[in-house]
Amino acid sequence: MTDHAYNFAYLDEQTKRMIRRAILKGVAVPGYQVPFASREMPMPYGWGTGGVQVTAACLTPEDVLKVIDQGADDTTNAVSIRKFFQRTAGVAVTDATAAATMIQTRHRIPEQALTEDQILVYQVPIPEPLRFLEPRETETRKMHSLEEYGLMHVKLYEDIARHGSIATAYAYPVKVEGRYVMDPSPIPKFDNPKLSDSPALQLFGAGREQRIYALPPYTQVVSLDFDDHPFTASKAPHDCDLCGASESYLDEVIMDDAGGRMFVCSDTDFCASRRAEGHVGRLGEDQFSSKKIANSFEGICGGAEGTQ
Amino acid sequence: MYVAVKGGERAIDNAHAFLAEERRGDPAVAELGVAQIREQLRLAVNRVMAEGSLYDPDLAALAIKQARGDLIEAIFLIRAYRTTLPRLGASRPLETAAMAVVRRVSATFKDAPGGQILGPTFDYTHRLLDFRLAADGDLPVAPIGLVPPMGAAAAAVPHITGFLNRDGLIETDTPGDDSPPDLTREPIKLPGTRPLRLQALTRGDEGFILSMAYSTQRGYGRTHAFVGELRIGTVEVEMDIPELGFSVCIGEVEVTECETVNQFKGSKTEPPQFTRGYGLTFGQTERKAIAMSLVDRALRWKELGEDDTGAPAQDEEFVLMHADNVQATGFLEHIKLPHYVDFQSELELIRNLRAEAMAARAEAAE
Repeated sequence: MTDHAYNFAYLDEQTKRMIRRAILKGVAVPGYQVPFASREMPMPYGWGTGGVQVTAACLTPEDVLKVIDQGADDTTNAVSIRKFFQRTAGVAVTDATAAATMIQTRHRIPEQALTEDQILVYQVPIPEPLRFLEPRETETRKMHSLEEYGLMHVKLYEDIARHGSIATAYAYPVKVEGRYVMDPSPIPKFDNPKLSDSPALQLFGAGREQRIYALPPYTQVVSLDFDDHPFTASKAPHDCDLCGASESYLDEVIMDDAGGRMFVCSDTDFCASRRAEGHVGRLGEDQFSSKKIANSFEGICGGAEGTQ
Repeated sequence: MYVAVKGGERAIDNAHAFLAEERRGDPAVAELGVAQIREQLRLAVNRVMAEGSLYDPDLAALAIKQARGDLIEAIFLIRAYRTTLPRLGASRPLETAAMAVVRRVSATFKDAPGGQILGPTFDYTHRLLDFRLAADGDLPVAPIGLVPPMGAAAAAVPHITGFLNRDGLIETDTPGDDSPPDLTREPIKLPGTRPLRLQALTRGDEGFILSMAYSTQRGYGRTHAFVGELRIGTVEVEMDIPELGFSVCIGEVEVTECETVNQFKGSKTEPPQFTRGYGLTFGQTERKAIAMSLVDRALRWKELGEDDTGAPAQDEEFVLMHADNVQATGFLEHIKLPHYVDFQSELELIRNLRAEAMAARAEAAE
């Protein structure tokens, strides 16, 4: 059901055109942060306004939209953004990664490989990879234009000197096509290899910071490292307790106050598909389906209506 | 952490219903009308209009009601509405010299043409709780004849800084023909221009601008400001209509204008003279207008050839990038959204680093 008081996908066509221009510029100069006149959206800054604007500018009525937050389709903010586009654009939505033509994400890249027919839109809080080394935008823009990334390498080196390894676990900086150092948004570094050579178009929107950047399909993206300290993608050293997957990124769930915990796929669609195919993890399906956990939680917080 | 955010749609709907009920409060108490907010909480309405960058008292009052009195939330509602409106054009510069003033004070001259008009001010009230307001009070009436007729042909009140200008004691601002930038339509480019800074300041958070201004008074980028003039009143908004070839008045807005006169001993490039800071805000919002003019002046150090003392209020990028409360509150509050993917990766990292550190320690102990 579309809300007719607003234009398709909320933004007016002038604004969409402005955003599309920024996107095109971003695609033309991979990894370069393009300033754009970010609008106030009806959700707060920090909730994904950059991603929402990019999605709104790219969305067509034929699109099938998937929205994930922390890899999950059913986290509150993913639900909220999906509802927003259902209401303002009336597009079809899905949980299935393969069925989606546009995927808006916060903090994860889906486990399932993407295709040329898909656009992945990232929500970005701080687009500037150099920001915590140099707080001034006027300075960091200069550093990018001069390709002056020594500060970043010194930081990574100091990490190794102090900790024996690079102490960055998420938002791990990358270099795009040998030119721009880019912040991949706060995805775990486990996801970094998926950024490179992806058949899908990857767009990054930072609303509050008014920046858009892009990775066109099949762009080479290299995680920064040193020859003697090569980049490694890391995850919890476990298998998923629900579906048994060994290759997916895992969330750690505290089960009780005695330190009991389980590990489950952060990508809910990936996990559910595997379980539908009959894969069963250590804690089996009957006992600890995420649905059951969710329902028991709602039972506590959502009033006394019981399960749906 | 996994389960806590898996409430899904039903939890969101329930939360919204709960919010609506809380907003209404005790049903035994009469509901607050939007008109009551507009008329009786006018300073809140003014702040929402000023920082929401939208002059519409009814919508601002509605936003305050919807936001349960949380003014930053109300400002956000107004901004999100404003952004969907088409921008049809720009008005001519407001003629604040032609303002129908309800309040006009100068701290630099005891009297001046046009007179000192206190207007509706808290300035000389004693801050004693007035318990009569808690009871049903009588209708307060101000003496008639003292309030200047609104909008009517009130005599133009010249700006006080104009008197200083005649003697060449204060810098002259030359009007430019360039249309000012609009940070709501173009991304902020740094270093910015004075019009851009003024726009950012006028819609910036009152608390932030106030603290910045206060810091200059306490020595962090001191500018020795006097309120040359503070005036509040309604001005006509005129717009050029290309089809007509002349401008027409499209409405009236109430604004607060503050001009500070700042001591200036001269620099390498400028002779000793007084300099100006400028503040202009929607509605009666004088704390904000004064603060704005102090921060404006502090930010002008470069053009006046003053020293950069490293004070926060002199730092254009710092002030401009942090003045917006809708941006600030959004980013601040977003950290309550789930971050468990990032936290998980940090957890693994800390576990690894700890294991290595512990192993190294054990080795050293042997």
